[in-house]
Amino acid sequence: MTATATSPAPGTAGDTTRPSAVVTGIGVAAPNGLGTEAWWQATLRGESGIGPVTDYDASRYPSRLVGSITGFDAAEHIPGRLLPQTDRVTRLALVAGAEALADAGADPAELAGQDGYGDYSLGVVTSNATGGFGFTHREIRKLWTEGPQKVSVYESFAWFYAVNTGQLSIRHKLRGPSGVLVSEQAGGLDAIGQSRRTLRQGVKLSLTGGMDSSLDPWGLTSHIASGRLSRGTDPATAYLPFDARAAGHVPGEGGAILVLEDATAARARGARVYGEIAGYAATFSPRPGSGRPPGLERAARLALADSGLTPESVDVVFADAAGTPAADEEEATALRSLFGPYGVPVTAPKTLTGRLYGGGAPLDVAGALLALRDGVVPPTAGIGRPVAGHRLDLVRDTPREGPLRTALVLARGHGGFNAAVVVRAAGAS
Amino acid sequence: MAVITLHDLAGVLTECAGADEDVVLTSESLDVTFTDLGYDSLALLETAATVQQRYGVTLSDDEVSEITTPREFLDLVNQSAVQAA
Repeated sequence: MTATATSPAPGTAGDTTRPSAVVTGIGVAAPNGLGTEAWWQATLRGESGIGPVTDYDASRYPSRLVGSITGFDAAEHIPGRLLPQTDRVTRLALVAGAEALADAGADPAELAGQDGYGDYSLGVVTSNATGGFGFTHREIRKLWTEGPQKVSVYESFAWFYAVNTGQLSIRHKLRGPSGVLVSEQAGGLDAIGQSRRTLRQGVKLSLTGGMDSSLDPWGLTSHIASGRLSRGTDPATAYLPFDARAAGHVPGEGGAILVLEDATAARARGARVYGEIAGYAATFSPRPGSGRPPGLERAARLALADSGLTPESVDVVFADAAGTPAADEEEATALRSLFGPYGVPVTAPKTLTGRLYGGGAPLDVAGALLALRDGVVPPTAGIGRPVAGHRLDLVRDTPREGPLRTALVLARGHGGFNAAVVVRAAGAS
Repeated sequence: MAVITLHDLAGVLTECAGADEDVVLTSESLDVTFTDLGYDSLALLETAATVQQRYGVTLSDDEVSEITTPREFLDLVNQSAVQAA
């Protein structure tokens, strides 16, 4: 191969020799569906998982609606030995991780022994923002009421952001480069970006995505203290991003775990490919009041540049959809700047689940991949009064069908985190 | 002071470290290592903490960390119970 002046440098955007990272498996745990297809079909039908807290009396909480996963019996899915040492969030991550690997037809133990693989060629990189809240709540209560001797030794790691990655790694013997990304609600895209980076360093398969669950009394109290929760009491109107009535979000639990593979390795083992993680970028917004612009648009532009694509090739945007007037305005401004007024279909299926913290953006990436597969944009629920000044082409209430090849997924985390991922349909390059 | 039996220990292990249908503690497991039975060092620490509270014995972390089999665990607890009596 002869280098010319216009050839991109190896490993940089547009370098076609750079190995691509493809998603071959999806596992989902969401308030409106446990399991990928259950969630996807519920999403297309516009079924919401948002409702009042039912596990305890929240009648005196200022925010009482949550997106919780009901009917999840951990003992059905998780080996007994893992139950005493896992918080709900880790159990959800293990269930979604197992679903993703099965969906990918990938048996890590078998793959590790094959030519071209090896012990350190399989890893895990996930996102988490709130740790093992319910477990910690219980153990801290024991600490103060019964004494330190009664506190579970497993509290030492069950609380920890990295625990989902660790338990997935142990359970599936994924011993290669692994980690956790903690950047609030942008973390899920950062995890996918880091997972892709490990593939470029020689890893063949990386479990990625994210999971969060912190809706116990202490967890919900902590979310309320953020000041960003909706105080609405009607599940249909409590979380309305891009709507004139936007007044905060509903907190939810869940997320998605994805199997990301080196495209060549995936092809070699005959894996079915959902799509490619074609671009990723993260930026940090300047402090409020600095006068400098926020970083979301820059993240989107950098992710598109990383993918070698232009805004014109984006068929749908999965928005961050923070649900507060200022944050929605900021995102709408970024989208207008990138695509022009009403320039691209925009959706926020998270209106059916609430915001899932470290798990939210991976669920949007799962949604983007399935949208590309099925040629349908899942709808945003409940937006009856879109803010006219946003000038967004919001896909509202019913799915919109049509051929889709490229999706842009945006995410923001409190404190200035911005991230963007470009998802490309299999065979669309 | 109550003496701990293998049956008691099996119950506390399940309570503290979870059940595994494939592993049932019988007299034949007395000299099998905890590692081979699928219990790691944290499972033993958790089990030891509960046994200490329930049987009124005191075991040092060093003593617990040297236990490798159910027989050693039972001997340590029962000797400590005798000494404490």
